[in-house]
Amino acid sequence: MSGFLLQPCFAGLLNEPVSIAHYLVVGAILFVSGVACMAMKRNALGVLMGIELVLNGANVNFVAFASPWLQGDGARSLGLDGQVIALFVILLAAAEAAVALAITLNFYNNHATVDIDRADDLKG
Amino acid sequence: MVDFLITTVGLPSWLAWTAAAGLAAFLILNLIAGGALVFIWAERKIAARIQDRLGPTRTGGRFGWLQSLADGIKLLAKEDLMPDGADPLLFRIAPYVSFCASFCAFIALPFAFDFVGLRLNVAVFFVIAVLGLEVFGVILAGYASASKWSLFGAMREAAQVVSYEVPLGMCVVVPVMLAGSMDLVTIGEKQAGWFTNWFIFHDPFTFVIFWVYVTCAVASVNRAPFDLAEAESELVAGFHTEYSGLRWSFFFMAEYGSMFLVSVLAAVLFLGGWNGPIPLATLAGLSEGTGDTAGYFVRLLGMANLLGKATLGVLIMMWIRWTLPRLRIDQVMTTCLKYCTPIAAAMFAGAMLWQLALPGGLVAGLSPPTAGVREGWLQEPADAPAAAVVEPAADVAAAGGSR
Amino acid sequence: MMPFAAVVVCSLPAAVVVAAINWHTLLFFLFAALACGFAVAVAAADNVVRMALYLIMSLGATAGLFFLAGAEFVGAMQLMIYVGGTLVLLVFGVMLTAQSPFVSLRSSTGDKVLAGVAAVALLAVLLQAAFSIESWRRPASGVVEQPAATPLGMALVGLRVDEPPSGAPDDAVRSGYLLPFEIVSVHLLVVLVGAAYLARAKRRKTPRPIEVVASVEPPASVAEHAAIGREPGRRGSSVLTGGGA
Repeated sequence: MSGFLLQPCFAGLLNEPVSIAHYLVVGAILFVSGVACMAMKRNALGVLMGIELVLNGANVNFVAFASPWLQGDGARSLGLDGQVIALFVILLAAAEAAVALAITLNFYNNHATVDIDRADDLKG
Repeated sequence: MVDFLITTVGLPSWLAWTAAAGLAAFLILNLIAGGALVFIWAERKIAARIQDRLGPTRTGGRFGWLQSLADGIKLLAKEDLMPDGADPLLFRIAPYVSFCASFCAFIALPFAFDFVGLRLNVAVFFVIAVLGLEVFGVILAGYASASKWSLFGAMREAAQVVSYEVPLGMCVVVPVMLAGSMDLVTIGEKQAGWFTNWFIFHDPFTFVIFWVYVTCAVASVNRAPFDLAEAESELVAGFHTEYSGLRWSFFFMAEYGSMFLVSVLAAVLFLGGWNGPIPLATLAGLSEGTGDTAGYFVRLLGMANLLGKATLGVLIMMWIRWTLPRLRIDQVMTTCLKYCTPIAAAMFAGAMLWQLALPGGLVAGLSPPTAGVREGWLQEPADAPAAAVVEPAADVAAAGGSR
Repeated sequence: MMPFAAVVVCSLPAAVVVAAINWHTLLFFLFAALACGFAVAVAAADNVVRMALYLIMSLGATAGLFFLAGAEFVGAMQLMIYVGGTLVLLVFGVMLTAQSPFVSLRSSTGDKVLAGVAAVALLAVLLQAAFSIESWRRPASGVVEQPAATPLGMALVGLRVDEPPSGAPDDAVRSGYLLPFEIVSVHLLVVLVGAAYLARAKRRKTPRPIEVVASVEPPASVAEHAAIGREPGRRGSSVLTGGGA
């Protein structure tokens, strides 16, 4: 585990082909940015943007696993399954964003604010 | 191109790739910018003649050839204004977003048999997807200008462009279905031969779909009669009200670039691409696929064909602009949702049924297309996976062969 | 120590140039830097319109990553549906609610610190997992050899034409994706009808709270009206609801 920080070999950084681990790092950063966004933002649309980032991080992972050219043992890749999962995630994210925006617009029309800290009508 | 640079000129691999990419980008950029120059002059002349006047007649001789250049120099010298309440980053970046979207779509467009920036397997999909990104520049410009008129114009234009993407996508799917591939080079190849091989003459449904495509394309690039986003009488200039000088000229280049893009797309999808109405090269015994000078000459001829068809499309768009009155926003939306979309859907269904019934097309044979017919896949029995495996491998080899 | 470091640093670019640059890797790092950089910018920005712009750039760079990994159909879908559809919708929503007090809503520092700690912890866990499996670190050629759009399209119609993974029995049934395709189509239809219904303009006898807000305190003078956009604390009326004048 201590060696994993030195893995990206700085000498041949641009010479070697990329592996799945590179894509997983990108997916992790996207995911974590999305989680931070969801946790930090007070604007409801900011939270929605965090959700989109989270879904994209997961998609990057799926597409990386689906590619037989990124894996040394290419026959064990997910193949088409990974790409189709990523496709459906995109479609479902679009559907969920539409509903979330409809809810946000309704909330805005009824409360004149998009600040989610003000959404406390049901608070005991 | 890259192979030529590596083997003949002897450049190292990375320099060869950079040079090839740079050359392609340089050519496309010059095409858009030079094209914009010519089209702006043509627009002013055509507008003038339709309105019974002369247009530019002084700059550069009797026909005002250098008027566009003079305009460009004037725009370069203008003061760089930014409104007080504008968001600096968004205000500055908006023209470039619009221009980049318009420019990126040219990557996948073929100008002749082998003259394509990047031969993508999903070229049609890519072009339509990137075309839809232009709306972001418009929205950002409208918001960042901190002005009521800009925001209204931007919202109207965004709503219009996004709505018209739906029938545009349906219109574009019909030639894809006829050719069996989303690769624009393949679609162009399938229309080789006499003009009766062009997809517009394939069946009456495709003929109608072509005109629906023209309507949706004109609406998609916000040209009159769909240009209420720039309605001078109501909105000053819409989303680019607060832009002046070079920033405004980027929006203008993006608009003319998009006009040219949808015209080239119409030419490749419906009007035979780089194949002329009479197959002169085939009659002379030359082929465009060979690597020697004759093949290169045939490809140049094809490119001239394509550019001619695209220019004709742009001129027709200009003609429509100065002839028809402007539509209101509710009329624009009605045209999209109540007319274009149902007609496109019905014609798509009709073209699909025609493919099943008469796969050879209306005029099956003055000269059959050079590539094979792909709709055999639809008639393959579902329990013959062995036969189906062969087809994509052959097609993939054909698609990947000219990389 | 210092001259040694200087020699290493100066010889690195030369070493990289002399050895052939793997363009695939270079482009991957470019797109990855764009995607990650803009994603962090989304979390760090305060202005919601700028957040939308950064999100657009990040998702566009992710589409580039998809193209590099050989999933060009998914990449084009990402550009068309995600960036060209979902984000346009999001930006519309941002514009409709971008009144001056809401454009830059700041959360408290305590919230930010807590979120940052949680994010860093999660990132550490994910990175450790990413580097833990040996076979994930061994690349193959890294370069896409075959387009995947045709097998994907055929599979969505129900016909699997791609090669089965090695190790699977020869007569294993591999189903296409026609049923999920139909289900997601109906799902999208239902969702869009529901969202359109939910966001419809309702006729009310009493004015909506947003209309009440928009109609009070009109700006007293031109100078005051011009100052609306500049002062974040001012409860001005939105440009879209007619300016309140």
